[in-house]
Amino acid sequence: MAHANDYMVDVAGLRKQFQVRPERWGAKPRVVHAVSEISFKLRPGVTMGIVGESGCGKSTVARLLMGLVEADGGDVRLAGQRLGYEPAQLKAVRRKVQMVFQDSFASLNPRMTVEASLMFGPVVHGVPRAEARRNAHELLARVGLEPARFAGRYPHEVSGGQRQRVNIARALALRPEVVIFDEAVSALDKSVEIQVLNLLQDLKTEFGLTYLFISHDLNVVQYISDQVLVMYLGKIVEIGPVQAVYEHPAHPYTRALLASMPSMDPRHRTLVPPIVGDPPSPIDPPSGCRFRTRCPHAATPCAEAEPMLVQTPVDGSHQAACHMLNAAPGSWQPLVPAHTTPGAMA
Amino acid sequence: MNTTTAPLAATALPAIEASPSYWAGVRQRLLQDRVAVVCMVILALIVLGALLAPWIAPHDPAVGSVLKRLKPVGTPGHPLGTDELGRDMLTRLLFGGRTSLLMGIAPVATALLIGGTLGMVAGFLGGRVNAVIMRSVDVVFAFPSVLLAVAIAGALGAGIGNTLLALTIVLIPPLVRVTESATTQVRAIEFIDAARASGAGNAVIMRAHVLSNVIGPVLVYATSLLSVSIIMAAGLSFIGLGAKPPTAEWGLMLNTLRNALYSQPLVAALPGVLIFAVSLCFNLLADGLRNAMEVQ
Repeated sequence: MAHANDYMVDVAGLRKQFQVRPERWGAKPRVVHAVSEISFKLRPGVTMGIVGESGCGKSTVARLLMGLVEADGGDVRLAGQRLGYEPAQLKAVRRKVQMVFQDSFASLNPRMTVEASLMFGPVVHGVPRAEARRNAHELLARVGLEPARFAGRYPHEVSGGQRQRVNIARALALRPEVVIFDEAVSALDKSVEIQVLNLLQDLKTEFGLTYLFISHDLNVVQYISDQVLVMYLGKIVEIGPVQAVYEHPAHPYTRALLASMPSMDPRHRTLVPPIVGDPPSPIDPPSGCRFRTRCPHAATPCAEAEPMLVQTPVDGSHQAACHMLNAAPGSWQPLVPAHTTPGAMA
Repeated sequence: MNTTTAPLAATALPAIEASPSYWAGVRQRLLQDRVAVVCMVILALIVLGALLAPWIAPHDPAVGSVLKRLKPVGTPGHPLGTDELGRDMLTRLLFGGRTSLLMGIAPVATALLIGGTLGMVAGFLGGRVNAVIMRSVDVVFAFPSVLLAVAIAGALGAGIGNTLLALTIVLIPPLVRVTESATTQVRAIEFIDAARASGAGNAVIMRAHVLSNVIGPVLVYATSLLSVSIIMAAGLSFIGLGAKPPTAEWGLMLNTLRNALYSQPLVAALPGVLIFAVSLCFNLLADGLRNAMEVQ
């Protein structure tokens, strides 16, 4: 029992495929491998960043963890609760996990006042209306919105940054233990973004939260995360402490991603795109290693078997899934200049 | 700034600045629309006249005099003339409004309730439920609506009750379709996912989040259906499938007066003018309502 509580988030072998309607009548329905065998564990209070190109399955992972889409396989435990799909099980898990969406406008009901949106979840869970209203006002104040001014407003009457603060308050209204941010700051202005990120850091300590932070912005992930998970076509290619991964990226995809990070330093300008083209279609992912079609190091074994996550040879600090990890010793020079250490953004 | 926000956690909440709600805005914009306001006034007068008919009508709608048949408009004592049996036209038009408006409005209201619910359930749940409901609706759609209403009313027999039933059946499918498509659009927006993530079930989400977002367009459509329904009800009565003779009803009056079209054209046209006015007003009101709702 004590073992089950060691981890706040415990995901094992999570899988999701989507059926795609066939183009012709009678053709075989095609399958999108959105998420394949994702496993990771998070201790309470840790922030895990999830990065990858669009379409790599980041958002599907978030929706799977929320129970918004039903997984095809795998086991998810959140705050000791096993994720199941019976209404009662879902309701129990959803007290523990909440989510903040990317589109701050679409994720609020346009016909509800800010206050009503914040009260909705707690009232569904049986909190008396008066208490829910009081909590809503407290949370508004906590996320930096004066309750007297904002509680009675409608979503279209507040700015994008304020709306995302409302969404954050809404997620916290149920007193969750885990909060998932699905590109939650990506649509904000840079100046507003950093304010919201700092707010998130404060809220995390204050409420004792565990974060899953999905983003395509590597700088933001580096700033806010303790751990990072790199996804490519529905699979984990590299996972580990954010500093270790950013300083010694082992997987060629991670290296390419980090190398494409815009740098403030003119001496480190990226002249040649480190990775070209789009990811292959997840409908028919390449055999063996899914990255091999774009990988500069691809060799015969890469097409034959899917690589497993193993300790990286350089410092053993984190894990990567690549056949060539040991094949080319000595070639693992950090591609990211050392000046991009965590905290550089602050 | 801090001194005003600090004590609210402890004691009663301060008054909040309430924004005008969406519907308050719609009402305000509707009242600025001159055409819509004129339509509302005309409709209000006609409805009021119908409601108050027993008290304000100068004569008995069923009693006539053979001596005073087909008097023209402006006859002393009969401002709008008399019909082919010598009954006072003004009285009969007022009483006819009761029947005609009831036969036009009640089917739309019933169909809105039934069709709206079905459409929302179909649109929100999707999948098999959607397929069953929408394909059943398609079966009814296969028949032209007027023909179907005539067929149903004919099969059930003449009478106001049967006309109401026939019109309701005919009006349900279009309302299901409109509600379903509006719901399908709303369902895909993220705030529904957010509500689901809050732990709410389907019934709660439909009531709290979907209804408030689909009711607008559906109401606009229902308002435009009122004009269709009024005309169909009058049409059924005209061909003898609706209200039965001694009853005053605009469509029926139009029928019985059609022989007088050459002798007293103005009197014979009066019920038609009312049908036209009510129908047009509901249509223009629907347009005004749509415009008032379009502004976010």
